[in-house]
Amino acid sequence: MTTVLPETAPGPEAYEAAFDAAVAADERIEPRDWMPDAYRATLVRQIAQHAHSEIIGMQPEANWITRAPSLRRKAILMAKVQDEAGHGLYLYSAAETLGVGRDELLDKLHSGRQKYSSIFNYPTLTWADVGAIGWLVDGAAITNQVPLCRCSYGPYARAMVRVCKEESFHQRQGYELLLELSRGTEEQHAMAQDAVDRWWWPSLMMFGPPDDESAHSAQSMAWKIKRHSNDELRQRFVDICVPQAEALGLTLPDPDLTWNEETGHWDFGAIDWSEFKAVLKGNGPCNEQRITQRRLAHEEGAWVRDAAAAYAAKHAPGDNRTHRKEAASR
Amino acid sequence: MSQAAPETSAAGSPAPAAGTLALADDALVLSHRLGEWAGHAPVLEEEVALANIALDLLGQARALYADLGDEDELAFLREERAFRNCQLVEQPNGDFACTLARQLFFSTWQELLYGQLLESVPLAGKAVKEIAYHRDHAEHWTLRLGDGTEDSHARMQAAVDGLWRFTGELFQPLEGFDLDLDALRATWTERVTGVLTHATLTVPETPQSGGWTAGAGRQGLHTESFGRMLAEMQHLHRSHPGATW
Repeated sequence: MTTVLPETAPGPEAYEAAFDAAVAADERIEPRDWMPDAYRATLVRQIAQHAHSEIIGMQPEANWITRAPSLRRKAILMAKVQDEAGHGLYLYSAAETLGVGRDELLDKLHSGRQKYSSIFNYPTLTWADVGAIGWLVDGAAITNQVPLCRCSYGPYARAMVRVCKEESFHQRQGYELLLELSRGTEEQHAMAQDAVDRWWWPSLMMFGPPDDESAHSAQSMAWKIKRHSNDELRQRFVDICVPQAEALGLTLPDPDLTWNEETGHWDFGAIDWSEFKAVLKGNGPCNEQRITQRRLAHEEGAWVRDAAAAYAAKHAPGDNRTHRKEAASR
Repeated sequence: MSQAAPETSAAGSPAPAAGTLALADDALVLSHRLGEWAGHAPVLEEEVALANIALDLLGQARALYADLGDEDELAFLREERAFRNCQLVEQPNGDFACTLARQLFFSTWQELLYGQLLESVPLAGKAVKEIAYHRDHAEHWTLRLGDGTEDSHARMQAAVDGLWRFTGELFQPLEGFDLDLDALRATWTERVTGVLTHATLTVPETPQSGGWTAGAGRQGLHTESFGRMLAEMQHLHRSHPGATW
């Protein structure tokens, strides 16, 4: 082999330098480009976790599809849950460009070796939770994801452009749902306030641990996978939400929330990181339920997937007999 | 609580909108059943497909209810005995084979029916395009499950056999519509028989309706699971009388 290579064959250092230069120049890294193993591994972990979150995230909302209080809201909610399945599909495709299969990733989700967003371990107890998820959870997700549209890895960045467009739409619908409740009957208003009270802090936790405790942040920022720190994005989210809550006629459950003239930001109270850690460790309100339902859906669907595979094998392209039969049946 | 449905009058003559109500209720109830699949489908692609079909049907229901009155009053404030959907669409989802057999029987019928109603139901022209996709999806799965593995074949056959007795109701007259029921039955039977046979399945020889299932849903006589379905669907709306959402 060595004999056919020119003496100037690029060594690993040259590949690494080309990668670093591309990242520095804000160029996109594409699937066939050389990339450091750790970059690949970080992206697989992050994209897979993102995909899993879309799939697990269907559950708390699907919980209300059959009970939606008007046909219009039912249609909106069904469309939203359908979009989430679609986002999961885009993201698994993006992960597959890095050389992992969807089946492998799903297996890691089902066996607890890969995580999903901690927020989906909270229960949807009333209809207003559907609105709070739209406004706060999707709002936090968008704040996180908009910068990912400029992420250094091309397939992920492009998936995020599509995802963010749909998420923004969901977020507006969630806000509008809460507004309707807030301006509705006394009971509806109370339902909306209760939902915001329960979802506010978990939504702030969606940005991840504080900057000084975030294991992957520095490297991800250097690689331009992440563009802003957890705390920066969290602050941005709080600044957006405070006036929105006021417009909604709802309060945020934080007595320490105060406008800071000097910084030009809203100061907010301390997050209960012990709760965050407990949820991440699997001890949140719905961890067990969410993963069990996902596993069950997968296990109970095995015979369907087997049937599709067996049918495809029997009727593989090139089997003329099959094609004639199919054509005749049309 | 008002019973908003156009009811059969005291004299027993059918309300002119009764047929439209039956079609709307079919679409609403089947949409609801498909909505129950969200988060439970065997593959992600089917999460998307089943939700897609459910949304199409919900859209059809809403368009049809709009001609009759307030969609939410019609959906959420009528009781079981006032619903006019056929019993086929209210059948529980069962396994994926049951859901797809129900879908095959219904969408094949709905496509043919709307084909006959192009002149009389403004929605029909738009709906048939959606339904053709639903029918295609159901046919493909019937082939895959019927001609897949031994297990899937057995499940699909059981699903077809179990739902067969609800198919006769599809060929009962629909009040207010001038339908060619003989043609509807003949073409439906030909198509369904073709798909089942192609899928290596046996077309049931059992009756397509019994004493109770012969047109019972259209008269407001439903099967037991339907009341529970409505209880879940209507609970929140009924708990807040007069509220808007």
